Amino acid sequence: MVEIPSGSADAVPTAEVEDVELYHPKSWWTKYVFSQDAKIIAVQYSVTAISIGLVALVLSWLMRLQLAFPGYFAFIDANHYYQFITMHGMIMVIYLLTALFLGGFGNYLIPLMLGARDMVFPYANMLSYWIYLLAVLILVAGFFVPGGPTGAGWTLYPPQAVLSGTPGGSDWGILLMLFSLIVFIIGFTMGGLNYVVTVLQGRARGMTLMRMPLTVWGIFTATVMALLAFPALFVACVMMLFDRLLGTSFFMPAIVEMGEQLQHGGGSPILFQHLFWFFGHPEVYIVALPAFGIVSDLISTHARKNIFGYRMMVWAIVVIGALSFIVWAHHMYVSGMNPAFGFFFATTTLIIAVPTAIKVYNWVLTLWRGDIHLTLPMLFALAFIVTFVNGGLTGLFLGNVVVDVPLSDTLFVVAHFHMVMGVAPILVIFGAIYHWYPKVTGRMLDDVLGHIHFWITFLGTYAIFFPMHYLGLLGMPRRYHELGDTVFVPPSANTLNIFITVMALVVGAAQIVFLLNLVWSLFKGREAGGNPWRATTLEWQTPQTPPAHGNWGKDLPVVYRWAYDYSVPGAADDFIPQTQPASGGVTREVVA
Amino acid sequence: MNVALIFLAAIGAVIFWWLAGQRLMSKPWLEAGVAQPASDRRETQSAPAVKIGLFVFLGVVGAVFSLSISAYFMRMAATDWWATPVPRLLWANTAVLLLSSGALEWARREARHDHMDRLQLLLTAAFALAFLFLIGQIQAWRELASAGYVLADNPANSFFYMLTGLHGVHILGGLAVLGRTTVRVFAADVPRDSLRLSVDLSAIYSHFMLAVWLLLFVLFAGWANDFVDLCRQLIS
Repeated sequence: MVEIPSGSADAVPTAEVEDVELYHPKSWWTKYVFSQDAKIIAVQYSVTAISIGLVALVLSWLMRLQLAFPGYFAFIDANHYYQFITMHGMIMVIYLLTALFLGGFGNYLIPLMLGARDMVFPYANMLSYWIYLLAVLILVAGFFVPGGPTGAGWTLYPPQAVLSGTPGGSDWGILLMLFSLIVFIIGFTMGGLNYVVTVLQGRARGMTLMRMPLTVWGIFTATVMALLAFPALFVACVMMLFDRLLGTSFFMPAIVEMGEQLQHGGGSPILFQHLFWFFGHPEVYIVALPAFGIVSDLISTHARKNIFGYRMMVWAIVVIGALSFIVWAHHMYVSGMNPAFGFFFATTTLIIAVPTAIKVYNWVLTLWRGDIHLTLPMLFALAFIVTFVNGGLTGLFLGNVVVDVPLSDTLFVVAHFHMVMGVAPILVIFGAIYHWYPKVTGRMLDDVLGHIHFWITFLGTYAIFFPMHYLGLLGMPRRYHELGDTVFVPPSANTLNIFITVMALVVGAAQIVFLLNLVWSLFKGREAGGNPWRATTLEWQTPQTPPAHGNWGKDLPVVYRWAYDYSVPGAADDFIPQTQPASGGVTREVVA
Repeated sequence: MNVALIFLAAIGAVIFWWLAGQRLMSKPWLEAGVAQPASDRRETQSAPAVKIGLFVFLGVVGAVFSLSISAYFMRMAATDWWATPVPRLLWANTAVLLLSSGALEWARREARHDHMDRLQLLLTAAFALAFLFLIGQIQAWRELASAGYVLADNPANSFFYMLTGLHGVHILGGLAVLGRTTVRVFAADVPRDSLRLSVDLSAIYSHFMLAVWLLLFVLFAGWANDFVDLCRQLIS
């Protein structure tokens, strides 16, 4: 470690940002409900996302019950089954994961980690949440309209999505889904502009890009990607609305429905697939990159060691973000595409494994000879690495055209994407909540409840999704309501299905422990103090915990070092906060 | 998806250019103790946050239109496509939108010199012209519809109505902001700096939407096809 003397006062540079005038709420309503404070908005986003996520969790139970015990539950008929898988997928991917990572963690962490008082456009930020809530309500309304929600599958492929044979196809279901997505995208764009411009313009003095914690890098890159990828979904939704409501034929080919020739003709369902996956694949990384960033910070903090290869980590995030825009057609290998295209997309897909593997190696090398504290955030981070590697490796299988073709639409694919972009990011979310909850509330989450939650969730999700690969290899198809007597499915597969369902019920129930912990600790948890993890980043250096409106008291922080000065040789503590100048200077007193 | 990819490549180039100036090669772990490393002392006056925000937003709008245009070309390959005739009125509308954008550019210059009375006039003119453009577009729709080119008849018609509609909605949004700026110009107590910025932003947005319109017009007139054919021939 080379300590560069700070020199004279001119080492404090011209500000990257002027101190801003904050909007000060005048009533309870503008303080806690229609709040423009990013921290409140973050909590609103998180609570809404987790609530709707619980609905999706219950839907997954119902699906699993049907798969394990076909026919036992009369109310889960084929139509309901399709509605459950559709809503489960869409909610989990967009309304839970995207909203929670970007709207929840993004709002809370970007201003605090960068030393800003708030987002740069607080009013648009507030609107972003309320529009998101509206999108969720429109989505939920699908359960209460005639015909129920759409059952088109989360990919909403036309023509079936808008035909009467699909649940909600000729009723309200598909319309509400499309409207909800359009509203979501509009709301997200408002939030996304905020996150990007705050990173560009809102950083404290001395917070250069290469001093930003990787969490911010991950969220920032993911937001840029989302701003460019969501328009594809927007365009696809608008065009499908035209097809459904106004009789155009963007996606609808000539088709006979119930013996009747529809007036559509000539449209291209493949066009929809291109637009959808042009959004859909970057979406995987929109969810994964914030998780990558957060997990880097969790590992570094709880292993008391600087992150290995910080620069490489940043570059890898950017490279993954860029590459993810040219791999979308690997979701369409079975759509009859030109083999040359298949070759191209298989190549780009496999290339993404390189920066991703770099990240995994760097996490492991950060752990190497670190002072590992097996705290809950660390446990979840470790669980993430294992799960992510597993899911990522099956991604290498599926990225190859010849392997993908026989495995396409089997449970192998379901197991793959649940591990890599379902369970892995969720584990990071849990780890992040255990890590930052003390900052948000001022109290620690309970350790015993946390351990129960962790072990059941980690081992349980493994028990659910690992065996599922074998079912997929047997050729068991996904999206089937009932298999009946099928030659290639042995009775033992049904036993396995029952096992998976039981585990799914157990893991789902374990989340009640987590929710209880959240509520109980809010009132009875141990007082956390300002910096319980002895972490370096700015959000732990706020004068109050939880941070007050405006975050920093009278003066904005000044940043003197990168975010990973852990276990620096010769230093008094095993961490040096980013706000500490080189020569002497005591760590800022942190008031709980 | 070629158009979308070209657009993304352009955005990627901008991001790359920006990142190139951000010292991504630096070793932050060696720079402890100073608030700003010596190599990072740049005396650049950075743009106001709203302006950056606007550019990011234009990136998003650009993505929407480039993806729609991609879809247009892909759908065009089908056999049931026959081009929609371009109403003559569109030429007039284009001229009106050009004038509106020109007026805003002029207003931007006058705002720099604090010529408030001219600014009032020019902003009002720009607002009125943009509004006229919208009315003209609706009239063009009516002409097409009465000539039998209805929305669902043919994919070219569908795209025409959808893309002009999408563009119109964006113009409408711009009008809301421009209207607010115009009202502020007539108010006495608005600080000049913030006014100048508002005019600046409106002008940028208006130019962007003009550029989008010109592209769409080229597309509808069928010149884009000739261009694409030419490119194909050059490649093969």
